Amino acid sequence: MTNHWVDIRNANLILSMGGNSAEAHPVGFRWVTEAIEHNHAELITIDPRFTRTGAVAQDKAFIRTGTDIAFLGGLISYLIETDQIQREYVLNYTDAALIVRPDYGFEDGLFSGYDESTRSYDKQSWMYEMGDDGFVRRDESLSDPRCVYQLLRGHYSRYTPDMVSSITGIPVETIQRIWKKIAAMAVPDKTMTILYALGWTQHSIGSQIIRTAAMVQLLLGNMGMPGGGVNALRGHSNIQGLTDLGLLSQLLPGYMTLANAKEQEYRAYIDKRAKQPTVEGQVSYWKNYEKFHVSLMKSWFGRAANEGNNWCFDWLPKLERPLYDILDTFERMSKGELNGYFCQGFNPLASFPDRAKVTRALASLKYLVVMDPLNTETSEFWKNYGEYNDVDPSQIDTEVFRLPTCCFAEDDGSIVNSARWLQWHWAAAPPPGDARPDTRIMGELFLKLKQLYLDEGGVFPDPILNLTWDYKIPADPKAEELAREYNGRALEDLTDEQGNVTRRAGEQLAGFAELTNDGRTAAGCWIFTGCWTEDGNQMANRDNSDPYGTGNTLGWAWAWPMNRRILYNRASADLQGRPWGANKAFIWWDGRQGAWVGADVPDFPTHSPPSQGQMPFIMQPEGVGHLFAGQSMVDGPFPEHYEPFESPVPQNLLHPGKEKARNNPAARIFDEDREALGKPEEFPHAATTYRLTEHFHFWTKHAELNAIVQPQQFVEIGEALASEIGIVAGDWVKVSSNRGFIKAVAVVTKRLRPMMIGDKQVHHVGIPLHWGFTGVAKKGYLVNALTPFVGDANTQTPEYKSFTVRVEKA
Amino acid sequence: MAINVTRRQFFKLGGAGLASSSLAMMGFAPEPAEASIRQFKLTHAKETRNTCTYCSVGCGILIYSRGDGSKNVEQNVFHIEGDPDHPVSRGSLCPKGAGLLDFVHSQGRLEYPQVREAGSSEWTRITWDEALNRIARHMKDDRDANFVQRNAQGQTVNHWTTTGFLAASGSSNEAGYITHKVVRNLGMVAFDNQARV
Repeated sequence: MTNHWVDIRNANLILSMGGNSAEAHPVGFRWVTEAIEHNHAELITIDPRFTRTGAVAQDKAFIRTGTDIAFLGGLISYLIETDQIQREYVLNYTDAALIVRPDYGFEDGLFSGYDESTRSYDKQSWMYEMGDDGFVRRDESLSDPRCVYQLLRGHYSRYTPDMVSSITGIPVETIQRIWKKIAAMAVPDKTMTILYALGWTQHSIGSQIIRTAAMVQLLLGNMGMPGGGVNALRGHSNIQGLTDLGLLSQLLPGYMTLANAKEQEYRAYIDKRAKQPTVEGQVSYWKNYEKFHVSLMKSWFGRAANEGNNWCFDWLPKLERPLYDILDTFERMSKGELNGYFCQGFNPLASFPDRAKVTRALASLKYLVVMDPLNTETSEFWKNYGEYNDVDPSQIDTEVFRLPTCCFAEDDGSIVNSARWLQWHWAAAPPPGDARPDTRIMGELFLKLKQLYLDEGGVFPDPILNLTWDYKIPADPKAEELAREYNGRALEDLTDEQGNVTRRAGEQLAGFAELTNDGRTAAGCWIFTGCWTEDGNQMANRDNSDPYGTGNTLGWAWAWPMNRRILYNRASADLQGRPWGANKAFIWWDGRQGAWVGADVPDFPTHSPPSQGQMPFIMQPEGVGHLFAGQSMVDGPFPEHYEPFESPVPQNLLHPGKEKARNNPAARIFDEDREALGKPEEFPHAATTYRLTEHFHFWTKHAELNAIVQPQQFVEIGEALASEIGIVAGDWVKVSSNRGFIKAVAVVTKRLRPMMIGDKQVHHVGIPLHWGFTGVAKKGYLVNALTPFVGDANTQTPEYKSFTVRVEKA
Repeated sequence: MAINVTRRQFFKLGGAGLASSSLAMMGFAPEPAEASIRQFKLTHAKETRNTCTYCSVGCGILIYSRGDGSKNVEQNVFHIEGDPDHPVSRGSLCPKGAGLLDFVHSQGRLEYPQVREAGSSEWTRITWDEALNRIARHMKDDRDANFVQRNAQGQTVNHWTTTGFLAASGSSNEAGYITHKVVRNLGMVAFDNQARV
């Protein structure tokens, strides 16, 4: 979330799209109802289904799954053509006025630089044009045909209400009614917040859907504002924390990135990431990258990391492909290219697409290690459970180790909620039996490996033998020790420009501004620096006071970065540093104090006066929000609608007859998986997976109370489809894709209605995902038997929300 | 937001002294003790602050466990409820969180390390040492055999692609941090968590 849960109450309009927070995040949703009740806000939901979020919404639309860019792209065109944008904000705080290179273009659904053989783009032309002064050229009048504003206008001019309606299935009058309500938020003192979840991420165009939302919010002037923002409602209790800590194939902690194989030189690696301002005088905070990086390496390798060896740059693995994501890994695994695999609190047999392929892949491993509090399906992928897991154990040679771990109630530590709050928790009881915390398992395993390398030697032992490990009980590092380590400390005395000591060696650091690139500081995750200072554990703070009445409780827990609760909050004030509206006052410039003050920690240099002209988006080299994603996306600088890889609609209506532009041209799909895609004639029904309010993934089917309230697997189908295939509520149905099938009880409902897409009627099928073959609920089929093995072009997040099936009587 | 002070909360506030006296001055009196026996049970429980383990709203919870903390007495969790002080959840839990106690005590909880040997159709219980020794052996054999120091182009890559690791978005930052520290420095790149899906 750019903002936070309680801040939702400050919104004047709430757009819920790609999520169903009333059921998936019920307690967070209370702040939506709070906004409706006490801030006279309106809630609009746009979803394929009639959900409980939609049930309390003031306005709603039903959208064909996977067509959100069409709806939002049309909205962008409407905002521009009717001149309902927050003009002062757009002109100063976005890249609208910046000029793009002349060789950038878009034709027949493809951006300039496309290479069909690699399904990828050369992004050279997707750049701003540099002037003779070394900075980006701009046109304050926004009239230059190559300024971002005019390119944006041209790009979305194709997204007319009729076009949007024929793609999304939403009637034109509904589209226009909702666009009009959203456009009313373009005034400076009103804000819309956008809430989304996996209904946006799990598409082959998922990242671009979210970008479209961010662009809308920039045009409306809603980023950095209380009651505004683009808010990812994340799905797991610490999925934010693990992302922040960089446990993803290409990342290091704090959103730093691993080098690729071509990046052999340390200096070039740093310079590429230490982005300098491209508009004069801007902050461009990533220019400090080397300080974050060296501090990480000092944290991991201590004295072994020094300037002479480039701080152990070569010890980190380098990437030979863009991502070693889970789809790539299971593709390789299914071909026998992996020998070992670890699943720490992760159940891929249930969670990864094309379950048959996942089973084949796991069965080709030599060893599999499962660390989990529960007996997951993955740990028993080799065991026969009849139709629910139809395998022959004697044919599976994988050695499987199952290690029992603690659950939340049995360990100390912090987790990061969707609002970036690090909240500390304490163990309430010991774990059952001989279960152990993950920290101890990783500690002991590492020490055993290290001992093997000491005893036997082996390949490239340097990073193993030199990894810092100064925990009091080496086999059992404590949460407090690890938290202090990722916060970071001074290794030598730090001094200011006058030579005064500002931090003694050994002291905890108070913030990432103290980090240095010369080895005097260590910090395992720079964005978390400040969470455990000399004043102690800030994550355990428990003051819930709200002195400004904005719902901002700075004394409760600790939020990264630097306890800021709303990102980009400098944008809540105008160029002169005054709040855009009295009711939206949040951060403002106080000339007497010479500082930014207000309800939040400024996400900005505290003493940089408005007259200095620094802009609010301090992580961007231009200082402004990007309507044009020059380099950050792999599949286009402007989002474009492409059909899901499995779609009931045979072509992309924006590009009829252009086969290359039917699906996302930059999305990767392996040959075998492309062949496994279903044809609309055989699998005519649009399907989407989702959660129920009573269950959490595949965990709560192990919890008796949840299993009692939702004991049995079901699918939702509309009344029209039910009568078409001759079933009534309670009948068993078989749902098949080209990859597998499930059987479930049919819930026949008015909540799903057929849609007219062009001249074709399309039925939606809703598939809750919570059942499996372990647990105390009734056994069920893993729904990923159905889903396709293709992901988002940028993140490779699988397309679970849009695929096609056939429903028939079982 | 109305402040409903239950009898139990009122007594708990008593421990805070100032807070309870000022609340009483403002006219908040405890409601009738409609469940006084249960409250009595909680009074003797150890109360531990924690956070719900499901979605990422991050609702505050209070875990109540029994066992007096003396030597060789282990705590046993017997009640979980929302933390009324929490600024987001204000004491609420959803239908998922309301079942947290049953998750802690699920019959599906694993208690001992086990191995399923190749081709076998059953689990065998083993000790932690056996399990970790065998796993470490597998890892080292695979790493030593397949670690790539230089690729075909002669570039230094120092990576290990034949063993992969999925980390847990339900685990703590501290578990995540030490996992990253170990996994990355073995050279692993096929490394993701639930954020990927």
